[in-house]
Amino acid sequence: MGEKKLMKGNEAIAEAAIRAGCRYFFGYPITPQNEIPAYMSRRLPEEGGVFLQAESEVAASNMVYGAAGAGARVMTSSSSPGISLKAEGISYIAAAELPCVIVNMMRGGPGLGGIEPSQSDYFQATKGMAHGNFHLLVMAPSSVQEGVDLMSQAFDLADKYRGPVMLLGDGMIGQMMEPVEFPEKIDPTELPPKEWATDGARGREKNVINSLYLDPDVLENLNWKLQEKYEQMQREDVKYEEYHMEDAVVAVIAYGTAARIALDAVQAAREDGIRVGLIRPITLFPFPEQVIARASAQVDAFLTTELSTGQMVEDVRLAVKGRTPVFFHGRPGGNMLTPEELLEEIKKIRGEVQ
Amino acid sequence: MKKELIIAGFGGQGVMFMGKMLAHSGMKEGLEVTWMPSYGPEMRGGTAHCTVKISTERIASPFCSHPDTLLVMNRPSLEKFQPRVRAGGSMYYNSSMIEQEISGQEIDVAAVPANKIAEELGNPRIANMVMLGAYIAREEIVDLMTINNSLAAVLPEEKHNLIDINLEALKRGYSLYTSLEKS
Amino acid sequence: MKQDKLKEVAGYPDSMSGRDMHYCPGCTQGIIHRLIGEVIDELKIKEETIGIAPVGCAVLAYDYFDIDMQEASHGRAPAVATGIKRVHPDKMVFTYQGDGDLASIGTAEIIHAANRGEKITTVFVNNAIYGMTGGQMAPTTLLGQKTKTTPRGRSSEETGNPLKVSEMLSMLDGAAYIVRVSTHDLENINKTKQAIKKAFKVQQQGLGFALVEVLSTCPTNWGLSPRQAMEWLEKNMIPEFPPRVFCAPEGVDEL
Repeated sequence: MGEKKLMKGNEAIAEAAIRAGCRYFFGYPITPQNEIPAYMSRRLPEEGGVFLQAESEVAASNMVYGAAGAGARVMTSSSSPGISLKAEGISYIAAAELPCVIVNMMRGGPGLGGIEPSQSDYFQATKGMAHGNFHLLVMAPSSVQEGVDLMSQAFDLADKYRGPVMLLGDGMIGQMMEPVEFPEKIDPTELPPKEWATDGARGREKNVINSLYLDPDVLENLNWKLQEKYEQMQREDVKYEEYHMEDAVVAVIAYGTAARIALDAVQAAREDGIRVGLIRPITLFPFPEQVIARASAQVDAFLTTELSTGQMVEDVRLAVKGRTPVFFHGRPGGNMLTPEELLEEIKKIRGEVQ
Repeated sequence: MKKELIIAGFGGQGVMFMGKMLAHSGMKEGLEVTWMPSYGPEMRGGTAHCTVKISTERIASPFCSHPDTLLVMNRPSLEKFQPRVRAGGSMYYNSSMIEQEISGQEIDVAAVPANKIAEELGNPRIANMVMLGAYIAREEIVDLMTINNSLAAVLPEEKHNLIDINLEALKRGYSLYTSLEKS
Repeated sequence: MKQDKLKEVAGYPDSMSGRDMHYCPGCTQGIIHRLIGEVIDELKIKEETIGIAPVGCAVLAYDYFDIDMQEASHGRAPAVATGIKRVHPDKMVFTYQGDGDLASIGTAEIIHAANRGEKITTVFVNNAIYGMTGGQMAPTTLLGQKTKTTPRGRSSEETGNPLKVSEMLSMLDGAAYIVRVSTHDLENINKTKQAIKKAFKVQQQGLGFALVEVLSTCPTNWGLSPRQAMEWLEKNMIPEFPPRVFCAPEGVDEL
């Protein structure tokens, strides 16, 4: 760890990727993530890497597919409408079991939507995103420092599971400046070799990167193999944070930007003598369902809050299994949630369940 | 200690830069800081603003509907943000560009002739540093020396030739207020 | 039998797997694959070549070559090739694409790869129809040609004119070598091999983007016998898509 620097989330995340050994970036401009490609275009050549502005998001995600298949630490970044276009390549990446990192700095939707912070791509990010049975490992930072920390782990996780990892932020995480410290740089040439990569079949059998399995048994096996990885993620790589949950009777559940706002509301409620806690999922897939299931035996009610019309709340309800009431309060993005309105919700819920 | 500021003006007045300077200085003094910009098309020509929070405690939301302090550089921004300032808060306005007398209900109002002083120094674009100097003189959130030292870190390198004139502007803003109130 | 007295006079190129191909009788894709295999052998680049298979009839090309291969999504082979080439600039990278893949869904990718002067080689097989999906109109379908989706024959009014990929790409500064060849007879097949070889050498020399458009047949979806298909190609496709060199770097003939 070095000296603290004041940095924008987008730039800090880009620097963290470089320090994690990422040397290839393929992207396409879209607000509010433009600082990531701009930063990469400046920094990657200094590190002997390649930045390329693709002709479209579709092309960018397929360039990532090619580079990942060729054995590189590679990433792309975009924002909501751009991720929809990248979904094609991401499905192929998942099927061909290629490690890579994708950043989505979400903006409001549907359609062209807006450019302000939003969390309306939760379904897209966690429920497979494109055709076929697959998931990305999805991590949602709620501060610039956490964006750096998660990016530092993202490439290792992508390698561990041989699959796509998504860092899911929004306009706030991307545009905000906060003090950050970076880990030491790793040297990508010292990473374990990828025996499966297409780098020219020198003195070995050929490697094929593929997602076409016309034999139904082979295709079924691939699908179950992917499912096993997702189960392993649930066992080994769930991340979350809890605040004031020790004695909580109401648990607020929020991730990323919404969790920052929710924390203000939780603190205000505590000052008013209401025993409220916060559970903040950091991995959205795998979802921290066990901690929520455990909390359902403790609290009288959950309040899920999101910058959406209610997406993560479905996973909360699945985890709670009807044992405890689950309330929802959200704004679909653009207009920000406020701690004041959340405090009011908390008070209302407290009244209802008493 | 916890301060929540909105810094507003039109695009080009350097309000984002003011916020970064303040956040950077807070960080250098070991405080928790966040800087949140308005972004997008409004940055070009319309009103621009950023929210800065400085605290001894961990900062939850970086957003702020009701700031305790408003630094405001032009009239449209004043009209937009003054009503949001919390009771007991304070507002510093650029009296060179907002000429009519401003009074605040339940807030402390300070007039800073930022552009007038900047023009005396020969560069209207440093009005922002006059305003920042005045603010830290009056409220002592961070030390002037820390602010001065932040210039080299926050200004991009190709603009380092402007450090001296920015230092001068900070000093003028600072001494403006210390001479008004402290001496 | 005494094996040592037999001399091999023909066989699979070393860079091909020798697996049975699934192509229809009279389709020239098997020939084109083989030409690529021979070129890879002759240039001794088997262990440094990475191929990209398309979506379409040649989707299984990765089974037929005995080299590293990646299978791309429809139209994106030039983007995938770009990703690979940028990671391994010292390796040889080629895409193998059909007319639907390259000239319809992948138009953006091929134009931009060419325009960037991406140092890759593209073998573009044009048979004026979608083969794999069962004979729909391609961007290169001839006017009046009947397909599953132009049952009354292609009309320029409704669907425009046959897209001239080589003509179009050769206007781009990044395109180093653009040539159109055919496979309807032996002479032309030999020319095709020479063109493919040059296109690989252009890449080897780092001269820019190279594309060989190969006119091919689709007897199944054209509804013709193999022999009729060859004749149809010569009679109908050659006038619309005349084989020629559209652009070439200086000294390409010495390559």
